[in-house]
Amino acid sequence: MNLHEFQAKELLKNYGIPVLPGIVVSTAEDAANAVASLSGPSWVVKAQVHAGGRGRAGGVKLVHSSFDASKAAKTLLGSWLITAQTGAKGKKVKHVYIEEACNISREIYLAIMIDRSKGRIAFLASREGGENIEELAIANPGNITKLVIDPKIGLIDEDVFSLITYLGLSETQKEIAQSTIEALYKAFIESDASLIEINPLGLTDEDKLFALDVKMTIDDNAVYRHPNFEKLWDEAEVSADEIEARLHELNYVQMEGNIGVMVSGAGLALGVLDLLNEFGGEAADFMDVRPVATREQIAAGIKMLLADSKVKSLLVVAMGGGVLRCDTIAEGIALACKEMPKHVPLIIRFAGTAKELGELALSNQGIGVDFADDLEDAAHKAIAAIKK
Amino acid sequence: MGILVDNDTRVICQGLTGATATRLSERAIAYGTKMVGGVVPGKGGQSHLYLPVFNTVAEAVKATKPNASAIFVPPPSAAKAIIESIEAEVSIVVCVTERVPVLDMIRVKSALEGSKTRLIGPNSQGIITPGMCKIGVMPERPHMPGRIGIISRSATLNYEAVDQTTSLHLGQSTSIGIGGDPVYGMDFIDCLKLFFADNATDGIILIGEIGGTAEEEAAEYLKSEKTEKPVVAYVAGINAPTDRRMGHAGTVDVFGGGAITKIRALESAGAIIAPSAAKMGTTMRKALGGR
Repeated sequence: MNLHEFQAKELLKNYGIPVLPGIVVSTAEDAANAVASLSGPSWVVKAQVHAGGRGRAGGVKLVHSSFDASKAAKTLLGSWLITAQTGAKGKKVKHVYIEEACNISREIYLAIMIDRSKGRIAFLASREGGENIEELAIANPGNITKLVIDPKIGLIDEDVFSLITYLGLSETQKEIAQSTIEALYKAFIESDASLIEINPLGLTDEDKLFALDVKMTIDDNAVYRHPNFEKLWDEAEVSADEIEARLHELNYVQMEGNIGVMVSGAGLALGVLDLLNEFGGEAADFMDVRPVATREQIAAGIKMLLADSKVKSLLVVAMGGGVLRCDTIAEGIALACKEMPKHVPLIIRFAGTAKELGELALSNQGIGVDFADDLEDAAHKAIAAIKK
Repeated sequence: MGILVDNDTRVICQGLTGATATRLSERAIAYGTKMVGGVVPGKGGQSHLYLPVFNTVAEAVKATKPNASAIFVPPPSAAKAIIESIEAEVSIVVCVTERVPVLDMIRVKSALEGSKTRLIGPNSQGIITPGMCKIGVMPERPHMPGRIGIISRSATLNYEAVDQTTSLHLGQSTSIGIGGDPVYGMDFIDCLKLFFADNATDGIILIGEIGGTAEEEAAEYLKSEKTEKPVVAYVAGINAPTDRRMGHAGTVDVFGGGAITKIRALESAGAIIAPSAAKMGTTMRKALGGR
C-alpha cells in the first residue's frame, strides 16, 4: 500500500523527522487559504499521486502569492499527471499539497527498504539527491552507500555514524541527521513499511535539514496489524476493476491487447503473456487466480473479462493444484457464461488436478469451448479465434 | 535418491487440524509420505487422521523424531511457527502459508542463521521427491520418479515443468518451490548445490520470474561452478504489465530485476535458456543429448 507524500510526512513528523509546514487541499480556493495560513514568502504546490518523477512532469510548482497558488492548484487538480513512473495514462490529481518553501543549499538521498537478497532491512544513502538520483547512481555507483542492518542487533550508533560521516555534514546537521536516521528506522519497523524514501533530504544555509519529499510503501501483508492505516488507502489510485477483482481474490491488471486472459498462478500467467506475445498476440489483461479462489470468485473474474469491450477472445489456462482444482474453475466459467449475454470464443487449457472433470463439467453445461492440448496450442487458438 | 526428502523423511504438520491441512495431509499420507504427528496449540493429546497431536513442536520432536515439518498456519502465526521448528532443530521446514508480513520473515531469516534448519518458502507449494515423499500443496498426478531436478519461484510454472518432463519420460528427482516472497528460506543456489551433488539428478530446470535478484545471483554461482549437468533456465515476465513503481530505491539499489537482464545473466553463465514456458521439457531433452 502506497502512501501519499502528505500522509507519509504526517506520519514521519510524529516520529520527529523534520518536515516543512504544509496543508493538503482539493480545491483552488482552499489552496489560496492554505497559503494565507502558512508562512511565506514562497510556497510549493505539489500534485499528490502515487508516483515518482513529479517535478520533471510539471507536478510541482513554486509560487509566491496566494493568487499564484490557487492558479497552480487549478491547473493541477483534475489533470492527469504523466511521470516516468505512472505509465502512459498517467494519474489523476485529486489533491495538492501546499508547503512552505525554503532555501536549500544541498540535496541528499536517504532511504530505508527491504534488501531482498540479504533478507534484511537496509539504508541507502547518497551525498547527492534529487530527481536525477537514478542517473547519478548509474553514472557513479560509488556515490551510493548501503548499510545493511543485522536484525539481531538492530540499528546501532556505529551504523548511524558511518552513514552520517559518509554524507559529509556539518556538526549541527549531523545531530539532526542522527535523530532522523534513528526515527526513520523506528517508523519503518513500527509501520511495517517496505520502503521509506526521503528524496531529497534538503540541507539549508541555516544548518537545518528537511525531508522535502517522501515516498512510503506499507507491506500489504501487514496492513492487518495497523487498522489506523485503513483511512490512508486511496481507492482512486487503483482502477475500479482492480478493486473489484481484489474482493474476489484475483490479481487483475488491465493491459492494451484484445485477448482476455485468466490463469491460475502469477508465474504461469506471466509465462502465458510471453507466449501470446511470441506468437503475435496481445493480452487485454493480467489476471491471476489465487489458489483459495471459489467458483463464485472465478465467475466474477470471467464476467469482468467478458465485460471488457477490448476482449475479442478469452483464454483460460489452469494447472489444477492441491488446492485449486480444474473443476472448480470450470464451474465458475459456466456460471459466468450463463449470466453474461456477450460471448467471445472461449479457449481453455486444463491440466493437473481434475482436468477431465473440469472439461466434462463445461461440456455437460453446453458451454461452447475450444479445449487446447498444451500451452502453445492454447496461445495459437486464442490468437486465431480473433482473426476468424 | 533426489534431495532433502525421501522414503525416510518423517513429517509433522503444524496446523494439522485445519481444513486445508487435513485434506492435504490425507493426500500426503495416501501418496506415501511418512506423516508422524501434528502440532496444534491447545489440542495436545488429541489424535487427528490417526496421528498424535502435540501442543508444541518440541513435544512432537521428542515423541515422534521428525526430520521435516509442514507449516499450514495462517499468516499472523506463520513466523512464530517457523521459529518454533528452528528452535526444535527440525531439519527441513516447509512453509506453504501465503501473505506472511515481510518484517516477520526478516526475523525468521535471522533465526535461520547458524541453525540446523533449512526453510522452504513461505508462499511455496512445497517439495516432492516423486514416489517417495510429498510435503506441500502440489498435485501428485503429473509427477514421475526420474532424472530432473526442478527449482522454481512460481508453483504453477513448476507444475508445467513437471508435466513436460513427465510427458518426455524424463521424470523428476526432486521438485522444489522456493516461494514467491521477497524474503524467504532456501534460494536457487542452495538448491543447485544439492542437485549438483545428487546422483539421481542428471539435469536441472531453474524457473525464475521478474523481481528481485535471485536469478542474477544464481547466474554468478553457475559461473564459478564446474558441472557436467545441464541447467535449463526459464524466466517469466518479458511482457509483464508495466510495474507501478514508487520512488527510486529499487533502481538505485540494483540494476536488474527485469526478465531480459535475468535471462542474459543466466545465459552468459552457461545456462541453456528455454524460449518459452511450453519448452522447458524439450529444451532439457535436447540439452541432455544422448544421455
